[in-house]
Amino acid sequence: MTEIAVGPTGKLMRRDVVKALLENRDGMLAIGGLGAPAWDITAAGDSPLNLPLWGGMGGAAVMGLGLALAQPERKVCVITGDGEMLMGVGSLATVAVQRPRNLSIVVLDNEHYGETGMQETHTKHGVDLVMMAKGAGIADSRLVRTAEELLKLRADIHAGNGPLFAQVKIDEGTQPLVLPPREASILQARMREAIMGPEAHLQ
Amino acid sequence: MQREQLESAPTAAEAWPDQIYDLLKQHGVRQVGLVPDAGHARLIKRCLADNDMKVVSLTTEEEGVALAFGAWLGGEKSVLLMQSSGVGNIINMLSVAIAHRTPCPIIVTMRGDFGEFNPFQVPMGNATQACLEAMGTLVKRADRPEDVAETVNATLRLAFNTYRPTATLLGQRLLGAKTFGK
Ligand SMILES: Cc1ncc(C[n+]2csc(CCOP(=O)(O)OP(=O)(O)O)c2C)c(N)n1
Ligand SMILES: [Mg+2]
Repeated sequence: MTEIAVGPTGKLMRRDVVKALLENRDGMLAIGGLGAPAWDITAAGDSPLNLPLWGGMGGAAVMGLGLALAQPERKVCVITGDGEMLMGVGSLATVAVQRPRNLSIVVLDNEHYGETGMQETHTKHGVDLVMMAKGAGIADSRLVRTAEELLKLRADIHAGNGPLFAQVKIDEGTQPLVLPPREASILQARMREAIMGPEAHLQ
Repeated sequence: MQREQLESAPTAAEAWPDQIYDLLKQHGVRQVGLVPDAGHARLIKRCLADNDMKVVSLTTEEEGVALAFGAWLGGEKSVLLMQSSGVGNIINMLSVAIAHRTPCPIIVTMRGDFGEFNPFQVPMGNATQACLEAMGTLVKRADRPEDVAETVNATLRLAFNTYRPTATLLGQRLLGAKTFGK
């Protein structure tokens, strides 16, 4: 099991967080929000089970919803940034109403828009995404600050008692770029093939 | 002033909402994302009554493009229902369907189009087709009841066979303009 380090701020290191969530994933599908979260899921090991986003800011959670509804037997984990989640925060309500048991949404909260030069997001100023998710109706919404809480989150994600929302406070340090393929039609096709086999391309 | 004059919806005699529903079934559509419009009310009811369709009510239309992408990743076809003002909310998200080559058929009921009464509907209604086309979406229009089924069918086929966002605009002439009694 990955060791989950803390950074200079005493908060969890994002790469370790994501690696721990995706380790021994048992076919779990992952969508990575644009920017650093997409690089994080790629650093954990690029795979057809990963859909790293290059855009679509604000859409990651509902992409996860569409996928989770289409593939109810598979676990789906959306891993995204606080800025990305805030842009589509209404989608928490959309997700909550559908109650997909197989969907988890994990926000890597560095309290900044990292990709664009570390401008502060609203979470830096006290905006509580867990409360917003709870208010939307995602009963299992939690704040994660420690390695222990992260391992519990991992276990619960894999148990599939969703929908589940987690806001993980992470160190704000920028990590080296680990870029996934940029041709998005390949990203889509490879995940479809991983799920449905070669017939995916004949649908 | 009558409520019916506020909300422009097809009369019960019109066959085209049921024809659209039949087309969604023929094409195997399983997920229906929507922000309501009175013009879609009967179609929405039909979809809600269908246990093989997952109807996802959205907080904003742009979630619908994201939903279509997620659905297609998982092998399900989807459709997105909205009114023309909602097109303004999806513009950037269309890049997701374009870049990934995701089938994303959209059925838009037009406002601000033909005898509109509400000034707020006009700017977006007037720009709907141009905005969609500027974002690489193939747009077809139906203004007569007898054209609806064929046009929607073309929109569904273009999306599912050629992997892109497509749209049918259902003209306000079909729906009747809201007049607020004037
Ligand atoms: C619609 C839209 N607005 C703005 C941007 C620019 N942008 C790209 S990444 C990003 C910040 C993302 O921040 P966050 O989700 O918190 O991720 P982090 O890099 O902090 O992990 C922004 C604002 C964009 N790509 N799309
Ligand atoms: Mg951030």
